[in-house]
Amino acid sequence: MKVDLSFKGVTGRAIADRRLKTAIDRTTMTAETKRRLALMDYPQFEAARARGTAIKDHVVANLDHYLEEFERNAVASGAVVHWAATAEEACGIVVGLCRQAGARHVTRAKSMLGEEIGLPHALEAADIERVETDLAEHIIQLAKEAPSHIVWPALHKTREEVAELFRVAHGRPQDSEDVPAMVESARRQLRSLFLGADVGISGANFLLADTGGVCTVTNEGNAELTTTPPRMHIVTAGIEKLVPSLPHAYALLRLLVRSATGADITQYTTFHTGPKRAGDRDGPEEFHIVLVDNGRSRMLATGLRDMLRCIRCGACMNHCVVYRQIGGHAYGATYPGPMGAVLTPALEGVEKTRDLPHACTLNGRCQEVCPVGIPLPTLLRGWRDTSWKEGLVPGSVRAGLWAWRFVAERPRLYRLATAAAVRAMRLFGRRGWIAGMPGAGGWTDYRDLPAPAGRTFMEQLRDRKTGR
Amino acid sequence: MAGDPTASPRVALFVTCLADTIRPRLGFAALDLLEAAGCRVEVPEAQTCCGQPSFNSGDRAGAAALARRMIAAFEGYDYVVAPSGSCAAMVCAHYPEALEGDAEWAPRAAELAGRTHELLSFLADVRGWRPSGVALPATATYHDSCSGLRELGVQAQPRALLGAVEGLEMRPLAGNDVCCGFGGTFCVKYPSISNAIVGEKAAAIEATGAGLLLGGDLGCLMNMAGAMHRRGTTVRAFHAAEILAGMGDGPAIGEEDGA
Repeated sequence: MKVDLSFKGVTGRAIADRRLKTAIDRTTMTAETKRRLALMDYPQFEAARARGTAIKDHVVANLDHYLEEFERNAVASGAVVHWAATAEEACGIVVGLCRQAGARHVTRAKSMLGEEIGLPHALEAADIERVETDLAEHIIQLAKEAPSHIVWPALHKTREEVAELFRVAHGRPQDSEDVPAMVESARRQLRSLFLGADVGISGANFLLADTGGVCTVTNEGNAELTTTPPRMHIVTAGIEKLVPSLPHAYALLRLLVRSATGADITQYTTFHTGPKRAGDRDGPEEFHIVLVDNGRSRMLATGLRDMLRCIRCGACMNHCVVYRQIGGHAYGATYPGPMGAVLTPALEGVEKTRDLPHACTLNGRCQEVCPVGIPLPTLLRGWRDTSWKEGLVPGSVRAGLWAWRFVAERPRLYRLATAAAVRAMRLFGRRGWIAGMPGAGGWTDYRDLPAPAGRTFMEQLRDRKTGR
Repeated sequence: MAGDPTASPRVALFVTCLADTIRPRLGFAALDLLEAAGCRVEVPEAQTCCGQPSFNSGDRAGAAALARRMIAAFEGYDYVVAPSGSCAAMVCAHYPEALEGDAEWAPRAAELAGRTHELLSFLADVRGWRPSGVALPATATYHDSCSGLRELGVQAQPRALLGAVEGLEMRPLAGNDVCCGFGGTFCVKYPSISNAIVGEKAAAIEATGAGLLLGGDLGCLMNMAGAMHRRGTTVRAFHAAEILAGMGDGPAIGEEDGA
């Protein structure tokens, strides 16, 4: 049987998958509760959000300045800075560096930018063995899957499924009720691989312009073990990760961690600046930073400037009613949820992705929880405007809206049409409800439609006035 | 007059297309409440649809055209009041956006936005009105519709008003501020997702054990009531304005009496 790969088909299967729903609910409900509790202990959240927003806006408005400052200081610290305009260029640079280092085996700390540019595939295509060191990335590497959430890539997996994956891959029995023991199993599995890697690849949560430093945050310490033992450390980072200096990184970090996991701070917050210096006991001999544009400068010019503030906390998806029903994979791209529905059309074009900004109720909860105040509903509506202008809206929807507008622009016609419509609809009603009606399947396939009264309000009002 | 609750302002009722066609009794409840709150109420004949379906579908030209018509229809009233947070928010929050850059109409949009209100918040905040002598022995729970809640700050007002209804016991709804999955055209464009969302909402409503579901937006109420009816739930749904107008003993949504 042919699998329906349309958005409708994919989301339909996701909704039917009750195991997936269990996995989504376990994590997003916990995240929502923890974030709420964290904010109760952080009364200055609104002020911090305003400051975080101002910091990111300032950097985006002065991006050239801070990129140059960052490059200058990174080079002064002994790092090599590479510029990549596209995903292909970025992957080419990383693969080239791995080959130059003679690497057969690289470790990677979780990086959504790496996923965005397709780095796992590029390494595989170049025959370079990749070891994912983040616990969740380890899980999905074993399952040969893609991340379904930007903070918890394996959110779609239940602990029961993880136990089965580990049992086979680690060659040890697992108890799905004993999560610490499963974590220990992964630790044992990964530890030797950390130490034998030729190259370590990480992303960046912040790039510090005034020192050329790179900040990573994790709760597992895997980024430190990925970037320190190998001879070469490669950072891939989007250019929007820049901040002027350390206090700005801290200001954003407070927002990021509370919004993402509800903790006050991550277990590991590390600043990497340049390669190993004379007298250092450890650290990489070579430190490369690949600054990736991949459509970001274009976003600046096309009304998506606000989106460049995003610090990838995942709060918008945790609080999204649509994400919580369909999960991350249904979005068919690296970034799911509301932020993904804004970013994916920018990265892949709205022709192929037009369902993403349309499959949203515009309820505004994502904007409410966003720690940098991104007006996600407005940006999603912007993609709908583009989609309409480019003729991507289905003809039936276009015709329906055109007809509605034609009638609504003519109040007398509107009165006649609505009066006729309610009479027609009543014919389908049984005891007050319509269970099915031609053209109303979108509603009545799933729920009953209240049958209208026999006469419109405007008709009844006229009767009242004329004393009928 | 504005801000002086003793004066009698001239108010235009923006009845909304859903109340006009599906639930006229909500339009009459709004009329009665506004009059009880000391307003002189008129229902401009030229009003039709606020243009929200066009605006949210990307048809900016269509939305702007309908916005201009509505601005003209509601010219000259002290206030424009709608029994819907969603339609009022379209005027208050999005008309200025829809007509941005239009030298003639953008200022008029902003002016209309400044005197347009959602019904329940208008009664409570602008008119300082509270129901008196309204009784309904029932248990009810309240769903906060998203546009009213997040774009207009309607949250405390309906609860304050309903709190003054004698015999009405309000029960908290888990996830009261979470979208019900209606989303205007969303619910028919992506019905399986919408249905999954409203299914969870229906379960949360049922879990309160309340006999009534109340809310401030007919679209959301129709979605929730329609889903619950399909599930065989016995919870009855009303717009909060109907309860406040003493119409809680009448037919709930889907129990139309043919009026």
